[in-house]
Parts: sequence; structure tokens; C-alpha cells
Amino acid sequence: MTEAGEAVRTAERVARDSYGRLVAFLAARTRDVAGAEDALSEAFAAALRMWPTDGVPDNPDAWLLTVARRRQTDAIRRRQTRKAGEEHVMLMADEIEAAAAEGEAVPDRRLALMFACAHPAIERGMRAPLILQTILGMTAEDISAAFLIPPATMGQRLVRAKTRIKDAGIPFAVPETEDLPERLEAVLDAIYAAYTKGWSEIGDAGVPEIAGEAIWLGRLLVGLLPAEPEAKGMLALMLYAEARRPARRDGKGAYVPLEEQDISLWDDSQIGFAEALLREANKAGPSGRYQIEAAIQSAHTARRATGIDNWHAVVALYDHLLARTHSPVVVLNRAVALAERDGPADALAAIAPLADDKRMQTYQPYWAALGHLLGRTGDRQRAIEALTVAIGLTTDGAVRAYLHGRIVALQDG
Amino acid sequence: MQYMLLILGDEKMMNAATVVDDTGMSAEYAVYNEAMMKAGVIRGGERLRPTSATTSIRVRDKKAVVLDGPYAETQEQLGGYYIIETKDLDEAIDWAKKCPAAQFGTVELRPIWPTVRQ
Amino acid sequence: MRYMMLIHHDDAAMAKADQKALWTDYAAFNEALSKAEGGSSGERLEPAAGGTIVRSNDVLDGPYADTKEQFAGYFFVEAADLEEAVAWAKRCPSSRYGSIEIRPVYVPKGDWK
Repeated sequence: MTEAGEAVRTAERVARDSYGRLVAFLAARTRDVAGAEDALSEAFAAALRMWPTDGVPDNPDAWLLTVARRRQTDAIRRRQTRKAGEEHVMLMADEIEAAAAEGEAVPDRRLALMFACAHPAIERGMRAPLILQTILGMTAEDISAAFLIPPATMGQRLVRAKTRIKDAGIPFAVPETEDLPERLEAVLDAIYAAYTKGWSEIGDAGVPEIAGEAIWLGRLLVGLLPAEPEAKGMLALMLYAEARRPARRDGKGAYVPLEEQDISLWDDSQIGFAEALLREANKAGPSGRYQIEAAIQSAHTARRATGIDNWHAVVALYDHLLARTHSPVVVLNRAVALAERDGPADALAAIAPLADDKRMQTYQPYWAALGHLLGRTGDRQRAIEALTVAIGLTTDGAVRAYLHGRIVALQDG
Repeated sequence: MQYMLLILGDEKMMNAATVVDDTGMSAEYAVYNEAMMKAGVIRGGERLRPTSATTSIRVRDKKAVVLDGPYAETQEQLGGYYIIETKDLDEAIDWAKKCPAAQFGTVELRPIWPTVRQ
Repeated sequence: MRYMMLIHHDDAAMAKADQKALWTDYAAFNEALSKAEGGSSGERLEPAAGGTIVRSNDVLDGPYADTKEQFAGYFFVEAADLEEAVAWAKRCPSSRYGSIEIRPVYVPKGDWK
């Protein structure tokens, strides 16, 4: 990124940071997320427009408040009184002034807002979009592009979810200790879902840097919940993937699998940060799903860096993960590692039960892995069949080309 | 020959004008269906929800664009279709003329591209 | 939910595509569709110019609408929601040369078929 691009990015970050804190603060007081957003939306748009060129103000919160207040006054002058917005702005003014008098910042209620957005009463698929909108101020249009939902539909669903937060009485609070692990998992899942959307859309230049936003949310969460090992585990997991991003495609844009990636293209600083996070997480206590998955990525990184076979350790980590989740996706990933340790026949036996799982019918990685394993056992015919289905389920042109190449190799082999 | 018989009409009018019974079908269509079934020409068909429930997708430069609404904003909208098997186009046209939509909208007949099925 | 997926093609754009790769991708897509529950490959239609229009008692030559892209075929999917249907639309090779229009199928209370 250029220096100027960097400055724009920094200004945008500060604007989003301040906006998210103010929305969270207001929403936590009033439970009216949409009202809080309304009160700040014009000021936030002005900040995104002006700060990158004019520079970031000393007190971003106060700047946003001043602009929000002015817009409010204008609206009243035009007799378009917006009652809810007015109340929000007044509430915000009191708080910012009180905080300034104490020499403090406005209390950060973003964690409470994240828990509200990822509440079990909110439909699962809308949790990540809600967090992206309320905490980061992303537009429905930007979010819809990554989640492949029409913008108007995404907008309607976001409005509905916010109304639900208000009407259903969803609390703005960090859950009690006994509920925390489960509820935190929902927050982590939402942020990770945002990351994987950004990740899978890697070839799409037009999709906003949603993966980067998700990592930023991960950092924010680790900062707000420093004692939670799973938050660190998830951030580490995202960073391992992010560090390898430049190596996922070769010079011609073709897909490169992990084992064939040029490791000199990996981002060592991100890997170093991920390793440090994982060490801290492991020190803190029991392992959760994200910690184990991050540990698996750490093992892959180490194997490629040293050339020392560690598939035993990888399979052992998957065993651990499987005992916790029983997810067919874990069964599948474990089998791929198992093939490296014990050979493709054992791996095929391990995934045999998945053939009856309906979810696997349209799960591209299942067919790709099945084809890969069958190919290694020499069952060319069935391997080609499975790879064909995998191609039919692939939307990424580079992956499609890679799978076509595998079929050709099997036909020639 | 197999034809796709596309039912096109102003959906606002179609939805308002036809009295829909329990089966989701107006009496005229029920009769029309019955006639096609008796004649053994019908191979399938569906009624579609209005274009307000429609979504369109196109992938350009690897980027998927998802839009609300139908592919084209037209005065008449696709409301449903039949697949019919007839001797020739004339017979298909006879059926198209009998279709209730022909009276207030348009019926388009498109021959189906024969493909080799595995 | 059952969705009808309408394929609209720009014939000129399609003609420029690598034909072998396109139809290989289509075969793979149909294969994947047939493995999915409720999915069925529909039909490909003869070009729109070969269509016939019937309006009241008038019979006219096609195509019905003079648009850049023409209706060229369709398939069905059974999807939990619109997102899943969109995923199928993205997989369809035609989405790269035209548009896929997703229309929920009207489900009547009684089954007339």
C-alpha cells in the first residue's frame, strides 16, 4: 500500500473506531441501535470524507458529536424534527462532556453491543453482518457484496434484526460467567464467518477488505477480553490464514495448495504474531475449538518451514478437535491428514460414513478430498467422478482450473 | 417436439384479476390443466412467485453481483410455464391460444434444445 | 424452498468463451446438481429467435423481448434460503456469460399434478 493509501486507511480506522464506540454507548443506553446509527450516520459519513485529506482531529468523539449536533439543529430548523436522534445526540453530549471533564474517553460498550448482535435470539446468518454494521459502520451494500445477498435484502434483514434487538429486549451486557463460553463462541463464530467470507472471495477485487475488517474486530475483541484464550485462538487462526494469502496464487493466478506454496511469500510478521497469541492462549488454560485449529495451522507452518514430517501431531490435534465438535468438516480434514500419516485407504475408510451425510452433497471440499484420495489409491474412474462434482460446486475459477488439471493428470497417468 | 410455454403478463393484473382457490390456481387454469392432462401433452410446469421475490446473479471478472428483481424490467413478467409435448408448432400454438394468459398477456413458445442425457 | 433458476445468455459473449471448457464445466455443474437433493438440471432452449409468440389470436415470430441477453434455459434447486440459491447461481457456468434469475416457485396447498 502507498503512503497516501496508508494515511487514508488510518483515518478511516480512527473514524470507525470512534463511530463504533459512540454507537455502542448510545445503543447500550437506549437499546435503540437504529436510532443511535441515525444520530451519527451523517457525522460519520463526513468524517470518512474529510479526515483522510484534512487529517484526524485530536478528539474524534467530540468532532463527531459536534457535527451530529449541527446536523440535528439543521434538521430541526427545517422542521424535520427527528425526536429519537435528538435524544441520542443530547445523551451523547452529556456523556462526552462528563468524560472530558474527568479526562477520560467515552466508556467502551462495544463488547456489550457485540454480545447483543450475536445473541441466540438473532438468526445466525445475520450476526456477522450486524457486527460489521454496528461496530464498524459498514454499509449494507458493502456487507451484501461479501455475503452474496442483494443489497436491498441485506438492508431489510439488518433493519429487522435491529428492531428485534429492541423489541425482544435483548440485553447489552457481557454475559454471566456460566453463560460466557457459549455466548462468546457465538461472537467468535460471527467474526470468523466474516473472515471466511472475505477469504473465500479472495479473487474478487470488488469485495471490500472484509477479511481485514474481521481481523481488526478480532484484535478489538482480544483487547476487550484479554483473559479469554479462545479470542486469542481465533485471532491467531485468522492471522495464519492471512499470512499465507500471497502464496495462494502463483504468478499466473493459478491456485496453489498449501504443500506446494512458496513459503518465502508468507508474511513472517503475521505468523510471529499468531505464534505469540497461541502461546499466550495455551498458557491461559483449556483448549477450545479455535485454539486447536490455530495449533493445527501452527503445525502446518512449522512443517513447511522445517521440512520435518509432523502429521502425527496434526492427526492428534484433529482427534482432539473431533472429540469436541463431531463435525463432518473435522472428520474430513482429519482424514486428509490421516492420509499423510497412514495412507489414502485408511483416510477413505475414515470418511466413508460421510457419504450418507446430506450436508456433504454440496460441500465442495468433500468431493475434492474424495477425488484426491481415490486418485491416490489408483481408483481413477471414481476419482474423476468425484473431482467432476467438485468442479461443478466450485465458484473460484483458479480452483476449477486446478481440479481440471488433476483430472487430466489422472487420465494421462 | 417439446416446447416450453412461457406465461407472460402484467403480474399486478394477473394477481388482482384471478380468483385463487386453495390450490393456488384460478378456475380457468384448473380447466386448462385438466384439458392438457387429458390430451397427454403436459410434461410439467410451475407457477412462480412474483418478480418482487426475484433475485438475479451475474459473475463478472470473478465478482458475483447480486441484484434485487428480475433480469429485465418489462411490462409483462414471467408468471409461470408449462412444458408440453406436441407433434409440431401448430399443435403447440393451439395449446398456447387456449392458455388463459393468451387473453390478457402473452404466451411464448420456445422449443427445447434436445440434449443427450446420461 | 424450491427455486426456478432462469438462465439468460448473451449469445455473443458465450460464443467467445472456450467452448470445450464451458461445456465441461456445464457437465460438472449438472453432475453436482444431480447429487444435491431437490436439484435437477432443467432444459436448454433453442435460441430465442426460434421462439413463437401467441397473443390473443395473433401468432408472431420470436423473440419476445429484444434484450441483450435472452432466456436460454433453466434448472431447479431446493435450497434452505436465498443465500443457498445464490450459491448455486454462482456455480452455474452461465453466470459468467449472462445472468441467472432466481424465482421462488409458488407452492400451492393442493397438488394438482
